[in-house]
Amino acid sequence: MTLLEIRGLGKRFGGLDAVKDVSLDVEEGLITAVIGPNGAGKSTLFNLVHGFYRPTAGTISFKGEDITHSSPHRTVAGGIARTFQTTNLFDDSTLLENVLAGRIVRSKSNVFDAVFHTPRHRRETCINEDKAVEALEFCGVAEYQHDLASNVPQEVQKRTAVAMALATEPELLLLDEPAGGIPEEETVDFGNLIRSLPQRGVSVLLVEHKMTMIMDLADTILVLDHGQKLALGVPAEIQSDPDVIRAYLGSTAQEEN
Amino acid sequence: MNSMKNPRIIGTIAVIILLGLTPLAFAQENYTMRVITVGMCAAIAVYGLNIILGFTGQLNLAQGGFFGIGAYGVGLLTTDYEWTFWAAFVVSVIGTAVIGYLCGLLALRTKDEYFAIFTMAIGFIIFLVISRWESVTHAHSGVNNVKFPEGGGLVDFESPVAMFYLVFAILLVCVYTTYAIRRSSVGRTLLTIRTSEDLADAIGVRVGFSKQLAFAASAVFGGIGGGLYATVVGFIGPDSASIDKTFEFLMFILVGGMGTVAGPLLGSMIVTFLFELFQDFQAYRFIVLGPIIVALVIFAPRGIIGYLGGFVDKRSRRRRVEEARGAEDDRGSADSSNSDEPDYRPERNVAGGAESNASRSGDTTSSEETK
Repeated sequence: MTLLEIRGLGKRFGGLDAVKDVSLDVEEGLITAVIGPNGAGKSTLFNLVHGFYRPTAGTISFKGEDITHSSPHRTVAGGIARTFQTTNLFDDSTLLENVLAGRIVRSKSNVFDAVFHTPRHRRETCINEDKAVEALEFCGVAEYQHDLASNVPQEVQKRTAVAMALATEPELLLLDEPAGGIPEEETVDFGNLIRSLPQRGVSVLLVEHKMTMIMDLADTILVLDHGQKLALGVPAEIQSDPDVIRAYLGSTAQEEN
Repeated sequence: MNSMKNPRIIGTIAVIILLGLTPLAFAQENYTMRVITVGMCAAIAVYGLNIILGFTGQLNLAQGGFFGIGAYGVGLLTTDYEWTFWAAFVVSVIGTAVIGYLCGLLALRTKDEYFAIFTMAIGFIIFLVISRWESVTHAHSGVNNVKFPEGGGLVDFESPVAMFYLVFAILLVCVYTTYAIRRSSVGRTLLTIRTSEDLADAIGVRVGFSKQLAFAASAVFGGIGGGLYATVVGFIGPDSASIDKTFEFLMFILVGGMGTVAGPLLGSMIVTFLFELFQDFQAYRFIVLGPIIVALVIFAPRGIIGYLGGFVDKRSRRRRVEEARGAEDDRGSADSSNSDEPDYRPERNVAGGAESNASRSGDTTSSEETK
């Protein structure tokens, strides 16, 4: 089933087309990757899907529902979560508190519930904590839950960012360079984490620069260049596509593969 | 509930009990009672500032103005219109909420320093209206003989001690509300906005709406503080809505500690006390107070409560980290669990960690949350 359907999507900043006429289907239960040189419009595409930016052309629909002009709050509530390129955590909070922040969008209790300590509030507090701890465990960082986010290593931070996104109970997770800044030998572990997401019912749309990781993980790859679609296909097709090799992969990628 | 052993809560309760007992010592000294009661009125307004500045991170400089609206609402309605205090009080607080909400609609279109400047302008406009609109507010002659609250024959609020306990009771409600917000997902929502609006947006927080509510709530607290202030002092002038009031509140919260439960109360009491102590110096008192505040901002930027809380957090976190690791570190890497910054061990036993966490996930009502 097609989870996310992007049709003719475009975003102009002044006279510049950051994204132009991009169409993409993200299938349920699969890992779809977006690659391309710096400035190809990958992050812009994410920001459009997530509702940070308003598209200037085209449509986006999620589970058959039009979300082209949804605000981020609605998109997240609807089941799309994201992580950022630069690790983004609340530094002065513990990892558990960080992941609990991801539960806000699923919480219904308000100030009055909090002040009067209603059963709904108590029940929700318990559920939120269970789900947050479960997300941390899933990402393999539960043992750090009481450490401050600024005190843990980069990889733990990256994993926590994923846990925080998972805490919002998404059906589609947008990962913007999740393995950026992680030492090469640890990317395999991290790749396994991403690979396990579809089994959890979370489909993945992924931007990544590490080619070996992408080729290994992705079911479908979209190649962007100057905001436009250059190629779309399974990893083997992309690797042998002459346009892609010329525009992006170049000689280094051939070495890698 | 391990939260009952939390040093923060014990400390806050100790401060409140101490404050609640002050009438025993000063019951005969009307002046002292009044100074303390006025300080508590200010503290209520500071709790409002705490919600918008301490939790949400938006520097609202209109708080003095909202305080003034509350004070003048009660003052004018009980004198010129001869309402009872309670009716006037309720209407003033609702009025402040409405005005606060409308101001928020405009002010929250701006961010950071622009928000501060914008709200300062709002505060100044409120002050100008109060000090110039002579036919309604009596401008510089102020409002005299504001009514005491009606005791319904049970309590005589003309007695300073009764008035003290009235304000004290309302202050307690504010402290408890702050505590309840702080530990709930509402507080977490506001804290995410304070730390990073973009990240808050990304995890589905309704940033604009939450800021709007926080702003209105802070105005309500300002109105409550102002309304009580009017009846406590009996006479109000335009200076009760001035920008100076806003900066007084700001000083109270800086000294006590932003975003803490006990901070606004402690800060208000300490600075009020210092003001009284240096009263003979008049305007020059800031020559003495200024350096104290500069030193405080340098050495304890999170205020007195934030400074003390730092130790509590560090200790309890270390304990929790040790607890969480204890099960798997039996083998002997005990030295690393003493370190506050644990080194990452890729060969860690994930299953073991999960087990030890699952077993204690019931009591994760984190005590750090409740500061």
